[in-house]
Amino acid sequence: MHIEIDEISKSFGTTAALHPVSLAVPSGALVALLGPSGSGKTTLLRILGGLEYPTSGRVLFDGQDATGLTVQQRRAGFVFQSYALFRHMTVFDNIAYGLKARPRASRPAKAEVARRVTRLLDLIQLPDIGARYPSQLSGGQRQRVALARALAIEPRMLLLDEPFGALDAKVRKELRQGLRDIHDTTGLTTVFVTHDQDEAMELADLVVVMSMGRIEQIGKPQDIRARPASAFVREFISA
Amino acid sequence: MSDAPATWRPATEETPLVRRLLIGSVLGILALLLLAPLVAVFVEALRKGWWEAVTSLANPEGLAAIRLTLTVAAIAVPLNAVFGIAAAWFITKYDFRGKALLITLIDLPFSVSPVVVGLCVVLTFGANTWVGGMMVDAGYPIVFALPGIVLASMIVTFPFVARELIPVMVEQGRAEEEAALTLGASGWRTFLTVTLPNIRWALLYGVLLCNARAMGEFGAVAVVSGKIRGQTATMPITIEMLYNEYLSVAAFTLAAVLAFLGFLTLGLKTFLEIRHADALAATRRH
Repeated sequence: MHIEIDEISKSFGTTAALHPVSLAVPSGALVALLGPSGSGKTTLLRILGGLEYPTSGRVLFDGQDATGLTVQQRRAGFVFQSYALFRHMTVFDNIAYGLKARPRASRPAKAEVARRVTRLLDLIQLPDIGARYPSQLSGGQRQRVALARALAIEPRMLLLDEPFGALDAKVRKELRQGLRDIHDTTGLTTVFVTHDQDEAMELADLVVVMSMGRIEQIGKPQDIRARPASAFVREFISA
Repeated sequence: MSDAPATWRPATEETPLVRRLLIGSVLGILALLLLAPLVAVFVEALRKGWWEAVTSLANPEGLAAIRLTLTVAAIAVPLNAVFGIAAAWFITKYDFRGKALLITLIDLPFSVSPVVVGLCVVLTFGANTWVGGMMVDAGYPIVFALPGIVLASMIVTFPFVARELIPVMVEQGRAEEEAALTLGASGWRTFLTVTLPNIRWALLYGVLLCNARAMGEFGAVAVVSGKIRGQTATMPITIEMLYNEYLSVAAFTLAAVLAFLGFLTLGLKTFLEIRHADALAATRRH
């Protein structure tokens, strides 16, 4: 799905988290929102997911105005920073949650839910953990379960908030490839937030560098490296 | 660790003497302050035998007091559970101006004497006020009747549920609820399937405390009830009246029943905790 952000701004009280920003995300792209904390990247992601409403501006999904759509109507697969797995449910029930929450008419039968959960557990290469609770999983496993849970609703796009932030360096490297593979398999338009320029440059097709609620530069990783648009970008990517 | 010298001990452990002193003093205080008075109540109640104790309660006034107290708790506790959840939800899931003031306001019944609460209810809903007068005319007086007792009990016990829930809900944050919403769940479904299971233990504890206090409330109820025997005298009120009339067997038997109701709630909590130990462990913060 093609996403267009048209002059979106957001302020909390008197502080502006986002100055009007515009951005087009081509269908099927893997895009990184890169910037230090406080740059507005997470706010922008939450506006895309419908968890936050913009103060002004529009969001367009495939050319259709989606600004007023509720979080449920957006059908965005969202992976939260600390994964936000439902701690009182098994991994199976976590992944099945979105399917069971559907209105009765479009809710799959029990056997179909089980089949889809099994398929997702295979996709994240953890076929045997369905009966476990989140507290019994490692950080990397939790991240992959969160990804499977987001994919279960057959989302129109995938939004990830610092998906590797809570992991140690070794697991982080492995899961980067995992995300790339899942993106390539599903073909979903994917936007992820990171403060790690290595991660953004290695993983993304398109990198959006942000600072202080503004977009500093949009470009392919190699272009940003070769021609940083501002002193901030030059400094940030060399860090 | 077996080859450590005999005098070796971890830095966080006290010497055996200090340890025994600490444990001994705690047990001593518990026995003196909690156990002895409780035993005394039961001993006094049964001083003249079981038969005497049972017959002392088996009169219309005694039974009415028990029935009234249970009725008040049955109305006040569920309502306060709902209000407590609503207040905790509002405070923890939204950011707004005056939040600190609202939290202070919820704590108000803890810091104000129950007698003052009772007087406030009389002044606000008494027969010579606008609301109270209207209700008296309609045939449903508030003060010196069941509604007043329920109202006073609710005000006094209001903070229990909210106070238990707020720290738990603050600690858990909003992420799980937000996740449920992004997965397509409605607000109500999110509350039932995500919020409620996560807070159920704190909620249970708050409800039990609220219940124990609602059944035992004396000061506020003493003011609003009018102490009409067989009609508005709750168990604590009746106990005091019996005691003042030197009917000690009846007074202590009723006190024993009240204490027993308290044990029952504690027993219920312990039973549920043991039964759901697995789920309890699994829902600890990961």
